[in-house]
Amino acid sequence: MKNINNTNNNKNLSDNPFYDPSLTQRHKSARRFKIFTITCIAFALSFLVFFLGDMITKGLPAFQQSYMQIDVTYNDQTIASTRKAIDKKYRRIVSRAWLRNIPKMVQESPELMATTQSTWVLVNHQVDQYMKDHYYKIKNKELKIIEDMKAQGKIQLQFNSIFFTQGDSKIPENSGLKSSIIGSILTLLVTMVVAFPMGVMTAVYLEEFADDNRWTQFIEVNINNLAAIPSILFGLLGLAVFINLFGMPRSSPLVGGLTLALMTLPIIIVSSRAALRSVPDSIRQAGYGLGLTKVQVVQDHVIPLAFPGIMTGSIIGLAQAMGETAPLIIIGMIAFIPDSPGSIFEAATVMPAQIFTWAGMPERAYVERTAAGIMVLLSILISLNALAIILRKKFEVKW
Amino acid sequence: MTNNPDNSSNSTINGLTSQESPATKITVRKLNLYYGDNHALHNIDMDLYKNKITALIGPSGCGKSTFLRCLNRMNELINGVKVDGDVIIDGKNIYDKDVDEVSVRKRVGMVFQQPNPFPKSIYDNVSYAPLKHGIVKKGQICDELVEKSLLQAGLWDEVKDKLTQPGTSLSGGQQQRLCIARTIAVEPDVILMDEPTSALDPLSTEKIETLMLDLKEKYAIITVTHNMQQAGRVADYTAFFHMGDLIEYADTETIFINPGKKKTEDYITGRYG
Repeated sequence: MKNINNTNNNKNLSDNPFYDPSLTQRHKSARRFKIFTITCIAFALSFLVFFLGDMITKGLPAFQQSYMQIDVTYNDQTIASTRKAIDKKYRRIVSRAWLRNIPKMVQESPELMATTQSTWVLVNHQVDQYMKDHYYKIKNKELKIIEDMKAQGKIQLQFNSIFFTQGDSKIPENSGLKSSIIGSILTLLVTMVVAFPMGVMTAVYLEEFADDNRWTQFIEVNINNLAAIPSILFGLLGLAVFINLFGMPRSSPLVGGLTLALMTLPIIIVSSRAALRSVPDSIRQAGYGLGLTKVQVVQDHVIPLAFPGIMTGSIIGLAQAMGETAPLIIIGMIAFIPDSPGSIFEAATVMPAQIFTWAGMPERAYVERTAAGIMVLLSILISLNALAIILRKKFEVKW
Repeated sequence: MTNNPDNSSNSTINGLTSQESPATKITVRKLNLYYGDNHALHNIDMDLYKNKITALIGPSGCGKSTFLRCLNRMNELINGVKVDGDVIIDGKNIYDKDVDEVSVRKRVGMVFQQPNPFPKSIYDNVSYAPLKHGIVKKGQICDELVEKSLLQAGLWDEVKDKLTQPGTSLSGGQQQRLCIARTIAVEPDVILMDEPTSALDPLSTEKIETLMLDLKEKYAIITVTHNMQQAGRVADYTAFFHMGDLIEYADTETIFINPGKKKTEDYITGRYG
């Protein structure tokens, strides 16, 4: 508006009682500032888009795996020496892991015995990379066979169920996330069972019962410091206390969960305290005014009202624990674990540790698995955070 | 209004300048209260009566709310508060060591400035405390108590069809009456009201005032108010507090028409406050 006035009534400037020569400068600097802030956001967003885009383009191929349709013979001889089950010319194309699995397949379905079936078999990772137009290392002889089969439609990409049903493997096409997903679930269960009640109870005590004296201040300072400790130190603590002192099994979800619980505790305590503090004092007064005891007031009125906030904080704390790798490396959860753990006492690995292991593997097939693993982990974390937001929105009490 | 500085000599030991002496419910003697180093109430002596409404008036920060909270030991919830002196209810000093503050608050109910219903259903708001105290058990007797309390609070007709709705869904005035119903459901002897109408519109205020006049048939009511007209309308006795001192305590008519102290008169005529 002001600009229009300026240009239209230049000669009448002195007549305009609202004319302020410094305003042009001030508006300009305001605009500069706004542009600067927008640039920063655009910059940050472009990083995010680049990261997600790169991860998705690298990771998506891992959700498909090449299979080839060939004749497979099942008999005593082929069970004894599984590579004889297929035509000699395919031996460098088919996955070793698939062949190794033949005796187990026969055991599961005995009617296969002494037959020859046309089966979709898993091919090895080099062929798979060739099918996905990535870098590959295949001899010309095999390449020709593959080209032939491809022309006949007998080799194609199918959904990679192995990625979700197998544990880690040194054979890239046979490696999957299952054992690390189960390891993560077990570890998080331990973390939740330990950290949630302890954290909430601590918060309730500090917020509702504790007097404001030196002791509570000391505890408070320590909790805040705990939140700022580098996570790898928690791993050292876990190693020293849980494994060396208490003799708990190494690499187990029990130790991992306890270590992560230590790390998550301050987050849960701080967020629970904030949630409790946001419950208006009038509710407590109302309770006391009716002759209720402190415990009745806290248990029946304050905690239910603070619960959405407590849940939100705890879920976010757990999500953070889920993505944590450093302390788990120290307590041995980075180990090569092909089998899924059956209990919290068995050796296990977790998703971020699995991703870390794969990221260090030279084969091209592990690169896409790394990216795909990140995608799975991120989607779980995003769903957890979404759950936290939904819980908060749903149970939020309006005042 | 005339200036009567000499009237102060009429004060009796309990601070009441009135001739008639109804049944005493609460006797306050030499009550001192300290917030840390801050001496907030100075040697208050006061008698509070059964079936009467006593209004506490005075400028902000004069200690009238603090005094009110001494009567059911609510001040003890605040850190660093020290109370000495006697508050004798039915012959027992509630600050004695063998008295549990929780049972004091059951006998001396309280209604607050901001309506503060629990974010539960209307029914649960009223029934919660009686159930916890074991006054009633779940079932018909509890339903009857809820109905009786809501009837007494003059809210029954408005909410009888929506007892399961949250108490917070009611209007401000209804919420305050719900809080009163909740308080009388515990069957107290005394009801303390801390500026019960200051957050309400004039119509809701009128309803609460009518309700207070009804309730005094059964309870001793002590109310803090900033509203002089309200004190004049509902209170039988009025006490004027200033800077932690009880300046004057008499029947409402005396305080308003013929105050004994200059300070009281100045406050009531609006010279400060």
